[in-house]
Amino acid sequence: MGIIRLLSQLLLVCSLFWPGFAQAQVEDTEAQQLLTALADSSFAEKKAVVNRIASSGDERARGWLESFASNKLARIESSGQFIIVTDNRGRDWTVQSALTGENLGEFSRRDIDTVRVNNALRGELEDILSVIDLKSPDQSSRLTAARALKGSVDSALAERVPGLIDSEQSEPVRAALTEALAIYRVAEQGDLAAVETLSGSLNSQARAALQQAMRSDDPALVAAATKAMDSIEQKLTLNRAAETLYFGLSMGSVLVLAAIGLAITFGVMGVINMAHGELIMLGAYTTWGMQQLLPGQPGLALILSIPAGFLVAALAGVVIERTVIQYLKGRPLETLLATFGVSLILQQLVRTVVSPLNRTVITPEWMSGSVMINEALSLTLNRLYVIGFALVVFAGLMLIMRKTRLGLEVRAVTQNRAMARSMGIRATRVDILTFALGSGVAGLAGVALSQITNVGPNLGQSYIIDSFMVVVFGGVGNLWGTLLAGLTLGTINQLLEPWVGAVLAKIMVLVMIILFIQKRPRGLFPQKGRAAEG
Amino acid sequence: MSIRKHVKLGLSALALSISFSAVAAEDPIKVGILHSLSGTMAISESALKDTMLMLIEKQNAAGGILGRQLEPVVVDPASNWPLFAEKARELLAKDKVDVIFGNWTSVSRKSVLPVIEELNGLLFYPVQYEGEESSENVFYTGAAPNQQAIPAVNYLMNDIGVERWVLAGTDYVYPRTTNKILETYLKAQGVAAEDIMINYTPFGHSDWQAIVSDIKAFGSAGKKTAVVSTINGDANVPFYRELGNQGINAADIPVVAFSVGEQELSGIDTGPLVGHLAAWNYFMSVDAEANYDFIDAWVAYTGKEDAVTNDPMEAHYIGFNMYVEAVKKAGTTDVNAVKDAIIGVAVPNLTGGIATMMPNHHITKPVLIGEIQDNGQFSVVWQTPSTVVGDAWSDFLPGSKDLISDWRKPMFCGNFNVVTGTCGGKAAVAAE
Repeated sequence: MGIIRLLSQLLLVCSLFWPGFAQAQVEDTEAQQLLTALADSSFAEKKAVVNRIASSGDERARGWLESFASNKLARIESSGQFIIVTDNRGRDWTVQSALTGENLGEFSRRDIDTVRVNNALRGELEDILSVIDLKSPDQSSRLTAARALKGSVDSALAERVPGLIDSEQSEPVRAALTEALAIYRVAEQGDLAAVETLSGSLNSQARAALQQAMRSDDPALVAAATKAMDSIEQKLTLNRAAETLYFGLSMGSVLVLAAIGLAITFGVMGVINMAHGELIMLGAYTTWGMQQLLPGQPGLALILSIPAGFLVAALAGVVIERTVIQYLKGRPLETLLATFGVSLILQQLVRTVVSPLNRTVITPEWMSGSVMINEALSLTLNRLYVIGFALVVFAGLMLIMRKTRLGLEVRAVTQNRAMARSMGIRATRVDILTFALGSGVAGLAGVALSQITNVGPNLGQSYIIDSFMVVVFGGVGNLWGTLLAGLTLGTINQLLEPWVGAVLAKIMVLVMIILFIQKRPRGLFPQKGRAAEG
Repeated sequence: MSIRKHVKLGLSALALSISFSAVAAEDPIKVGILHSLSGTMAISESALKDTMLMLIEKQNAAGGILGRQLEPVVVDPASNWPLFAEKARELLAKDKVDVIFGNWTSVSRKSVLPVIEELNGLLFYPVQYEGEESSENVFYTGAAPNQQAIPAVNYLMNDIGVERWVLAGTDYVYPRTTNKILETYLKAQGVAAEDIMINYTPFGHSDWQAIVSDIKAFGSAGKKTAVVSTINGDANVPFYRELGNQGINAADIPVVAFSVGEQELSGIDTGPLVGHLAAWNYFMSVDAEANYDFIDAWVAYTGKEDAVTNDPMEAHYIGFNMYVEAVKKAGTTDVNAVKDAIIGVAVPNLTGGIATMMPNHHITKPVLIGEIQDNGQFSVVWQTPSTVVGDAWSDFLPGSKDLISDWRKPMFCGNFNVVTGTCGGKAAVAAE
């Protein structure tokens, strides 16, 4: 591609100085005519013009079509010159000439007329480009192109596909092409042999083709198609079950992340911290801030936000502990009200200082999209990372509580404060550190959530109730309980949702927890011993 | 100096000060601004407050109205619906404002409605809503369902060839009423019941995995499928993210949204969303001189080069200009006189056309369908050939299809039943 573009530019440069290359100039007036036709025709007529451009043989055609598809092909109102917009943000756009590729600088939007494209045309363009890509030397782009062909093979293309299959070296590309051809044959010709190829395929276009075959008049075809469809349905059911499980785990891991900081501050220390959600929000805003500091490197910024988010939230936690919570020790009702006030203050602070609007946190390249297991089951990458992150945070926290001096002191202070103090443990210091740890983990949750949901002043509010639910359900003071409760609630929720709808699913989960707490007031894993009674 | 002279001087000073205070008390036209500046709705409403302040500043620079300056009175109802009613009462009874511009959610409008009617105020409501309401004191400058939802569905049906429909919305009055209207409409157009899927989610819903996967399954039945989304506010970002991640692109299953505008898109990376649709009466990308001037003014006012404009801002622009014209026409700010004068007032909108206030207190609007682009803007792919008159009572709901609204005398009725020939009276106004 790069070489071709370089060559075409070289040709152009030559043509300017060398009368022998006048050919390119003639082409340019023709190109101008083609682009004018594209700009001035209606959506219905544009299809024909697109085909003319694609078959014009001009090296620049692909660039024009690509920029047309992405709404970047435009015309200067006054001069009629065609341009490709390279930066379309703000009131002035940076453009370059569509014919020569020369940079023309910035133009006001008032002077630019975009050549309009719509979904239908974009679909056409993708088909055209994927047919071109079938001959690409790069195997992965051939594979993408072949997959895109499923369901969009027409009679003209159907004649060429067998030849392509024969000359194709790579096995996955051949399989994709064969399937694309079979879909066409089943749907359009009712080909019995092709039904066999589609049996077991998970592609939705293949299913549509088989369904069409099932409505045909030929009993042999109907029988074969029904059989193929049955085997597909079986596979699909399995895949759906796996998908639901994945959804449940991923929702559960979000719940665990949001709740695990609370499991420390509420579960272990017994502080009802209503500002926990806002600490999560601070973590998310840290990610945004980091991305503002490192423009162009969203991935690096995200990784750096993990320690930064922890520190920011932990610091905020220490401030809250020192200024509010320490004075309200042993008075849960007052703590609840005071921290609720703190949460409102933090929300409004963000609204006034940053903005009431949501902030854009960019998802780095390596976190967007999904891993395709097969055509019916793909796992979204950002959620996969969040599941992993939740497990790592949980393991880290477990390690701190079980294997470090701090963990030991925390457990000692919570079990018997007076005794711990007489053993020489500085209880106040332990309080501060524990609260900082819990708050810091909330900040980590915020960093992860910034990849999944809105980063705005209300971020925390939507997670605070869920977090308390998880901690109470899991058993106050037990980290394993929090993990299991989060994953269970997430899975139950996702199982119920397609069945009864999101609103009712939430209500049912809540009712279930209430009933459960009636039966086992201390949750899944109650703390045992005298400490629990106190 | 004699005592007499002293008294005389004192008296004249007194008279002067009285006359001054009389002028001062009558002089500015007070404009109440009732938009949430804190709480969940601040995300959408705070920009509308700034729009109003900008419009007022501009009008004042141009000499005000009837030689009187305008004075904004800003209150913060904090996204709290009952507080909206209290603040409206405060504006009308205590601050004695001449007109109120405000509200976003339907529930907040329903909350202030009795107050505005009791104290005979004027309210300009700038957001698209579910219809089924008409008040002599409220002017609806946003779209009614026939100015947004119905044309959008027609576009999908006729131009895109959609045969299977997902109606997805947030669980409250606007989506429920709109979806009821759309369901009746689709069935009337011959769409089978099994080709319609309706789904409601709570406010701020963030885990869309199962629902998006459901939509994907629903859309793989071989018929062209589209999602009509009345999902509100914050929930849209995770919804669109999930769509992108599960690889649903606009060419397969387009999503047409009625609540997603430039402001909502400014919180997401729109790369994976290119081609999804929205139906509005204004887009920031509309190629019209009036629009470019408005954007320039807005950027200058906010001081932010990346500030965006959206549909409700245009509605306030139209509503404010209509109020200005009506006061000029009536020659007074008296509420009853302005109410009569404003019907028939026509002002330019930002898309290069004219908006007229109709007798049912709704305005004429063009309907535009735009596709999302990678820069967070919309590219207009379709628009109605002319403007559409807002319909207060939907023709597709059994209870309301016989009702019309006409606030001109002698009819002067918000819900006149053309079959029985009677006016339903105030009690029936808020009924479904």
